[in-house]
Amino acid sequence: MNIIPFESGLMLAGILFMLGLISVLIRRNIIFMLISVEVMLNAAGLAFIVAGSRWAQPDGQVMFIFILTMAAAEVSVGLALILQIYHQLKTLDTDAANKMKG
Amino acid sequence: MIFYIASAVAIFSTIMVITRYNMIHALLYLVVSFLAVSIVFYVLGAPFMAALEIIVYAGAIVVLIIFVIMMLNLKQESVEQERKWFTKNIWIGPGILSVILLGELIYIIASDPQTIVMGAQAVDAKNVGMSLYGPYIIGVELSGLLLMAGIVGAYHLGRQKKKVVHRFLKTAEE
Repeated sequence: MNIIPFESGLMLAGILFMLGLISVLIRRNIIFMLISVEVMLNAAGLAFIVAGSRWAQPDGQVMFIFILTMAAAEVSVGLALILQIYHQLKTLDTDAANKMKG
Repeated sequence: MIFYIASAVAIFSTIMVITRYNMIHALLYLVVSFLAVSIVFYVLGAPFMAALEIIVYAGAIVVLIIFVIMMLNLKQESVEQERKWFTKNIWIGPGILSVILLGELIYIIASDPQTIVMGAQAVDAKNVGMSLYGPYIIGVELSGLLLMAGIVGAYHLGRQKKKVVHRFLKTAEE
């Protein structure tokens, strides 16, 4: 079977990243914004895997493991922050949290 | 060909993620998107990363988000609406996309693995491990620190503030 072009893999990563970025910009629900950040991190990892596959080096997959670890830590802290926001403001709307306290 | 079908499924399901109004429906499409990206990883010659993608992303992270949605206990989610939501056109979209991915998976298993991997060369988990614990050992240790900070931070932020009153003070107030 023929080798897929390097550009199409990067294009897929770019499209997924763009979709995540659009969703972060247009959504007001904070959980949807967190999900979109996950989509963007996944697209960045996909770009690393594509590059690692292009040059047959393990460095891309190592970077993907680091991105995976960072995404896990980020989502746990982010969900804890969402819980605090929901308990204090009783809503998931990000526009409700536009004032700093103190 | 497998790569392009999986890419189309990934892009379509991601578009469905960012256009849903219901969070659980969006998460359903998100799982399908991660499964499609995992097949892309396999085709690109990274089978271990494909397994990690399913285990960590589609398994742990999505389940974590679902648990938090359950803990938020949103008001409009009543039993009546749950019955109304669980209709055919809710799960038919992720179902069809998952069946497409299942067909690709069966094709991959049934055919010779040397012909499927379309990258320049498959990089197996052994090389990744040698590189991870060789030149990247400082990154592994920093990842451990990051996970520890994440655990402590999530516990600290997610704790409910409870007002603790000593029992002598409580009787004195009453």
